[in-house]
Amino acid sequence: MIRCFFLCLALLAGPAAAQEATLSIGTGPTPFLVRSTTDIVILKPALDAFVAENPELTVNYEQWGSNALYEDSRRACETGAGEADAVFSSAVDQIVELVNEACASRYRSPLTAALPKARIWRDEIWGVTREAAVTIYNTDLIAPQDVPRTRFELLDLMRRGDEGLRGRIATYDIEASGLGYLFAFADSLEATSFGALIEGFSRVDAVATCCSAEIIRGVAEGRYKIAYNVLGSYVATAPASHVGVILPEDYTLYLSRAYMIPRGAARKAAAARLLDFLLSPEGQDILAASGLVARVSPEHTASSNERAIAIEPTLLVARDRQRRAQFVAQWRNAFGFAVGD
Amino acid sequence: MADLAHPLRRRSLLARVLAGVLALLLVGGIVVALAAFAYGHQAARQTYDRLLLGAANDMAEAISVVGGVPVATIPVAAFELLSFSPDDRVTYAVRGPGGDLLTGHEATRAASGMAGADPYYFDGEMQGEKARFVTVVRRFAERDYSGAVSVTVGQTVAARTAMAQGLTRDALIAAAIAGLALVAVAFVVIRSAMRPLDRIAAGLLARDPYDLTPMETNVPGEVAVMIDAMNRFMRRLDRQIAAMRNLISDTAHQLRTPVAAIRAQAELAAEEEDADLRAQGIERLVRRTRSLGSLLDQMLSRALVIHRTDSAPRLPVDLRDIALEVVESRDHELLAPGVEVGLEIGPEPVTVLADAMSLTEAVKNMLTNALRHGKAPVRIGVSEGAGSAEIWVEDSGSGPAPDVLDHIGERFERSAASRGQSAGLGLSIVRAVAEAFGGTLEMQRASAGFRVTLRLPQGGAQ
Repeated sequence: MIRCFFLCLALLAGPAAAQEATLSIGTGPTPFLVRSTTDIVILKPALDAFVAENPELTVNYEQWGSNALYEDSRRACETGAGEADAVFSSAVDQIVELVNEACASRYRSPLTAALPKARIWRDEIWGVTREAAVTIYNTDLIAPQDVPRTRFELLDLMRRGDEGLRGRIATYDIEASGLGYLFAFADSLEATSFGALIEGFSRVDAVATCCSAEIIRGVAEGRYKIAYNVLGSYVATAPASHVGVILPEDYTLYLSRAYMIPRGAARKAAAARLLDFLLSPEGQDILAASGLVARVSPEHTASSNERAIAIEPTLLVARDRQRRAQFVAQWRNAFGFAVGD
Repeated sequence: MADLAHPLRRRSLLARVLAGVLALLLVGGIVVALAAFAYGHQAARQTYDRLLLGAANDMAEAISVVGGVPVATIPVAAFELLSFSPDDRVTYAVRGPGGDLLTGHEATRAASGMAGADPYYFDGEMQGEKARFVTVVRRFAERDYSGAVSVTVGQTVAARTAMAQGLTRDALIAAAIAGLALVAVAFVVIRSAMRPLDRIAAGLLARDPYDLTPMETNVPGEVAVMIDAMNRFMRRLDRQIAAMRNLISDTAHQLRTPVAAIRAQAELAAEEEDADLRAQGIERLVRRTRSLGSLLDQMLSRALVIHRTDSAPRLPVDLRDIALEVVESRDHELLAPGVEVGLEIGPEPVTVLADAMSLTEAVKNMLTNALRHGKAPVRIGVSEGAGSAEIWVEDSGSGPAPDVLDHIGERFERSAASRGQSAGLGLSIVRAVAEAFGGTLEMQRASAGFRVTLRLPQGGAQ
């Protein structure tokens, strides 16, 4: 028996309630609190299946913005109060930092042990999904010969001085979105072309905005012609006409959403069960159907252009105060904010 | 206590050596374990301290002064270095001259008592977990900024502990394997070394009780010592048994004729009716028995000498003492009353390695011979030759006939024995003594008379 009791899209009152939406699944006597950055609708099928297997649980799902979730988890870790039972975030660097601050608890099972090294650290953080950072474009507004298959082609397109592109290229606002920052930071480590890309964005007055769904809708509606570094999973779950998807051929970033069981979690066993469920073949199939697990296509088996964002302490560099400040300053310059705005 | 000591003594050599080896291994194992533990910790500390320092140096190098402010661009390479301990949490802090945090973690403090040491390592804690830290300092002397910026990097110690434990475990496993091999080898070696003993024991058990021939010495050196000692012992036993046999057969030989003569004379005397003739017969009988008594004395003394020369320890003996004792015992006065015995000895001791009692017996025999067969006056003397010491007895006669001289001193002389006398037997004692102590017996006619010399190698402490 799976029942969805209520879906609340309104912000609740109170300073601690920074969640964007909440959902309660199941009728079991044991409450189980999951805080995640993932859109409820995308993860709901997986949670439904999990509750069906664990009828004693009631999953209280809270959807948060990544930065707010990080702040909340950190505060909970420091005060030891108000901890979620599981944290599931796309801003992997933030979760790595929480793990590094000893905010997580350890768990090991055959399924977690089978994860590749880049998707597990200290048995305290696990990469559950596999999602590509893609470039999307409006198929009506971009001619087939202009479709940028690589970052260099995108760069060339922006340098052409095409007035039609001015204000019509979008990407994440790295200050508002933890995931956007992570993607941009990974880009900056991956290739020297990143500086040129920023300069290109600046040239065409690119738009830095928030939230995958908003960007995808903008492209579908034709407000944006091209959007860079969009989560491929959200494109797949929001099928829209006129939206073309490109896996950049120079390299494609792959993100694995991080799952963590907070140190002070009240229901660690349930959290571990949810983790094992998500990693199980059944869970992975459901996630794949939701677009959260990009299966390796047969023709791309030996894809040397695949760059997974590894879950490891190296991500702490992205969390460095000065490094972040420098990076944001560079970004702001490109997007026309005054520094210190 | 004695009850307890006995089973200990009887415990097999194999068990003892194995117990020794095991004790050695136990002590060695403890030493190896401690050493391996210390070494493992040392090695792990050095290895991971280097990585920590490398990361800190990477970070320090990436500090630049921008607009009068030090700015750290934390490099990824630093974290890649730290990733060599994959499961350890890391922390870092870059601080300005006043200790103000430029970037990193507020909780991570720079080393406090840095007495000029750079880099400075210290132990600490990260969120309650043991951690190791290093602080390096980079000094700036720019136009717009001057001061020291410290970089502190810390990491938990899981990888170090794992490495130390791994090294310790590997060393212990190697030591254990070596130990087991040692025990096995010791067992095999001892068993094979003990095998000759079994063979010897079996050989001894299978031996005829009268077989005193030497045993084979084709055995390891340590066992050969024992076999040699045993063979020496058996040789001595053999000699003694031979001497005993000789004594018995000599005695039988020597006594048969005189005893037969005594019996004949006794029978004659018993049958004699004339009192005078019977008295004469009894007188002869008495003479015969007296002579037989002295023969028995000599035979006993010879047996004693032969036994002693074989068994008594060789001690330094001053020949002058022997000569004095022989003269002063005045035994000769019974044999030849009124004959004066001259003594010729020097002021210096003349020492040989021998048994004093055997020598005394030999010299007494020499003197007795001289008194009985030679002419007075008789002299006894001690003198030194080149590396040899002599003790001699001289009488003023011309000595025995040349054909007698040739045979004299042989074991026994039937002709003499048959006459109920003991000529030859005495000298045979002297000869046996001379041979036992590595010396010679010499007889020669001198201008003054006939001299019998017992010459022995000089030696011994004074």
